[in-house]
Amino acid sequence: MSGFSQKQKAELRRFPGSMVVVVVVGTNNNSRQGGSCTPQRGGGSGGGVISGGSMSTLSREENNMVVMSSEESSSFPDESELELGLGLSLGGGKAKNKPAAAAAAGGGSWDQYARILTAKDFPSVVSAKASSSSSSSSSVTKASNNGTCGTKRTAEPPSSPPGRSAVSQVVGWPPIRTYRMNSLANHAKSPVTEDFFSTADKCESKNIIVDKTNHGSNANNNVAKEKGRLKTSLFVKVNMDGIPIGRKVDLNAHSCYKTLAHALDDMFRPSAAVGAKRSNVEEQVLIAATRQPLRLLDGSSDFVLTYEDKEGDWMLVGDVPWEMFLNSVRRLRIMRTADVNGLGTHERNRKQSTGPI
Amino acid sequence: MDPDPKKSKVLTSNLPNSNGSSHPHSPFPDEVLEKVLSLIDSHKDRNSVSLVCKDWYNAERWTRSNLFIGNCYSVSPEIVARRFTKIKSVTLKGKPRFSDFNMLPRDWGANVHSWMVTFAKAYPFLEELRLKRMRVSDQSMELLAKSFPHFRALSLSSCDGFTDDGLKAITTHCGNLTELDIQDSVTADIGGGWLSCFPENFSSLEILNFSSLSSEVSFEALERLVSRCRSLRVLKVNDIITLDQLQRLLVHAPLLTELGTGSFLQELTPRQYEDIESAFGNCKNLRVLSGLWDATSFYIPVLYGACSGLTFLNMSDTVLQSGELAKLLAHCPNLRRLWVTDSVGDKGLEAVGSSCPLLEELRVFPADPYDLDHRHGVTELGFLAVSRGCRKLRYVLYFCRRMTNAAVVTIVQNCPDFTHFRLCIMNPRQPDYLTNEPMDEAFGAVAKTCTKLQRLSVSGLLTDTTFEYIGKYAKNLETLSVAFAGSSDRGMQCVLEGCPKLRKLEIRDCPFGNAALLSGLKKYEMMRSLWMSACNLTMKGCRLLAREMPRLNVEVIKDEGSDEIQADKVYVYRSVAGPRQDAPPIVLTL
Repeated sequence: MSGFSQKQKAELRRFPGSMVVVVVVGTNNNSRQGGSCTPQRGGGSGGGVISGGSMSTLSREENNMVVMSSEESSSFPDESELELGLGLSLGGGKAKNKPAAAAAAGGGSWDQYARILTAKDFPSVVSAKASSSSSSSSSVTKASNNGTCGTKRTAEPPSSPPGRSAVSQVVGWPPIRTYRMNSLANHAKSPVTEDFFSTADKCESKNIIVDKTNHGSNANNNVAKEKGRLKTSLFVKVNMDGIPIGRKVDLNAHSCYKTLAHALDDMFRPSAAVGAKRSNVEEQVLIAATRQPLRLLDGSSDFVLTYEDKEGDWMLVGDVPWEMFLNSVRRLRIMRTADVNGLGTHERNRKQSTGPI
Repeated sequence: MDPDPKKSKVLTSNLPNSNGSSHPHSPFPDEVLEKVLSLIDSHKDRNSVSLVCKDWYNAERWTRSNLFIGNCYSVSPEIVARRFTKIKSVTLKGKPRFSDFNMLPRDWGANVHSWMVTFAKAYPFLEELRLKRMRVSDQSMELLAKSFPHFRALSLSSCDGFTDDGLKAITTHCGNLTELDIQDSVTADIGGGWLSCFPENFSSLEILNFSSLSSEVSFEALERLVSRCRSLRVLKVNDIITLDQLQRLLVHAPLLTELGTGSFLQELTPRQYEDIESAFGNCKNLRVLSGLWDATSFYIPVLYGACSGLTFLNMSDTVLQSGELAKLLAHCPNLRRLWVTDSVGDKGLEAVGSSCPLLEELRVFPADPYDLDHRHGVTELGFLAVSRGCRKLRYVLYFCRRMTNAAVVTIVQNCPDFTHFRLCIMNPRQPDYLTNEPMDEAFGAVAKTCTKLQRLSVSGLLTDTTFEYIGKYAKNLETLSVAFAGSSDRGMQCVLEGCPKLRKLEIRDCPFGNAALLSGLKKYEMMRSLWMSACNLTMKGCRLLAREMPRLNVEVIKDEGSDEIQADKVYVYRSVAGPRQDAPPIVLTL
């Protein structure tokens, strides 16, 4: 599981408001971010992310957010599904413009998983702070711009939300080591249970099995399932710029670039999946690229689909015949069109990255 | 174990005559005393020995060869180097445990470099270094590799800060290396070139663990390494290594006692399947098995041949179903320790109860920690089933989504020998799901019944009553972890007043305030550390503590933008080294 590349780090610095991962109420001092934060693994708040454009629409003053990088692709499939590409959310999610300050103070409903909140969500930041000193065990969302991971949400949700628990709101809870979280995220659940396939909302059943880089003749293969059906899969990692959580896609489930692009589109666009509720405000701030199809292949969108081949070079998807592509692809990346010009050089730098920020 | 009382009596009777610096009246020449003391290994005993008198203090410090420092900031490298001269092995622990859960800023500290510099000068004969929760830079590793010609063993647990370059220095230069053990590494993808840097004639390795590093390594280099290190007994590879690669490694090292497999994700030909099966079958000495990523019911049976001698099975990296676990356990009659994920369900735990009568330790991790769905995971029923069948249970770590007081009471009646009881009901402040009452009685029963209890983690809805019980009954308690619990300061006070052996207390999100903090004024010097976050502490209270107790370091991690009053995260520890100099700006030492 790789940490942020140099390139990604550079991007984070360039888009201070964009790579938000953590709920924060902080000062305007967004100058230092990224570098020193440890990931919000336990809180599950590593999920909420917005791609580049969305946050830039907010002014600095409004956007009282402290940016922190997260350790990207190691969240849970469930969570990432719900959070990818989503814009700002309000803690409540039910009411449209419901200020999450209420939620932060323990009032709102937390039927969301980790979301990005902005200062808008905490109109009464000051009063929230004042009340926190007397409240007995709720923690007001705070964070440091030096990358403390002290971000907390209220520890006292009023009711357990359906589908997603309040557990995911709290940093460092449940107390599971980072290493184990990473391991869990990278090695998805076993495919061989009826239970698994029968639960419709377990979309990650599609994302089962981890890909492997090849040593020798080893293809990435799935194994015989209990039902006796032998299916060969070719799972590769997919990362999208601006989204710290990676996904995996089975290339053998597609026969051409078009269906692949479509699948990626579904994956990385916000969908009406499990329990996801968004408010109007969210809708407004979602960038065009995420509301509409990514149109990854036709060069007309803000994003472009690239892949790393066997030699370690990053290439544009779509140039070679599909079978040849399957033979040489190691992993995919949905890049911003703006960054494509640096395709060769930046990726060289990327490989020299030495772990997370 | 105290030194022989007779001996000490003879010595102390001489004390009034000697002025402490020389001891001509002592019946024991220095050499004899030192010889005797050199046989004492336990650092706790040695600490006791050093308190007897000055002569013993000196004799002890000249003979100590294993150094254990539980909190790297409790003492300085200079002080250590002055006191001990013959150190061969060092164990050093850094960050507070809550750093495992991302509650500390990344640059908080615990950098090993200043220690490394001092050791390089003071202990040229250093052989072993074991670090936990410390930051280890490449620079430190390079210094290590070049400063200690006799260096043999490096163990890094939950450490970060190093990359491939640092490890390369180790593998290139440490020609006598017997152990390279990297566990729970926080930064996983650092590069894998280090493995290829062992010299071709290098063959002393006995322990190699890189299971938590996810980078690719050269399989060819690994295979060559394994085949020439004839003493290799512990091999834990990462998930890049495939099943048939593993088979080739096992062929070279059938005498392994501990094996961490790679990934099981591979489609094997029948021939390959047979090969791996027989390779496992040849591992007659296997006691510990782990890794097993992506193991599925089709491939798990290849392990069966290696399981008869297994004492520790770690399946916490694989998502197993109850039936698969049951079948596997049938082949493991000697299991003492078992780690699984809660995908095995209560049914899987029933199988544990019926198949593992010798079980002493059980850890059940959540496969999906954020899923509130009670259909998945384990409940009180699974725990009960285990307790009925595994009466020797003494260590449990159990993540669940529901629990009852009655169940826990029964569990500890079945298994009164618990030394470590860590129960995590994952939804904060969740009551007994049947009675809707707090879980006070559950933990009260644990404290009362388990007289040997050393470590306790509590969860669920808890009032001060729980802590009254703990303070009253848990007389051997050394480590207590509390989250989202308690009703008032009284809770914490009960614990501080009642638990004489308390060494580590970590608290988060509890309504304990300054009064509670200050009630432990005298106690903190007898403890290793106290952590309190998201409680009701204020800067004023922390300052007061710092002022009253100058030998405690009181550190507050402030959240930027929070007011001047709240003390968000407080870390208190005893130290003879004074306030630390390397704290980042965000950490205030009061």
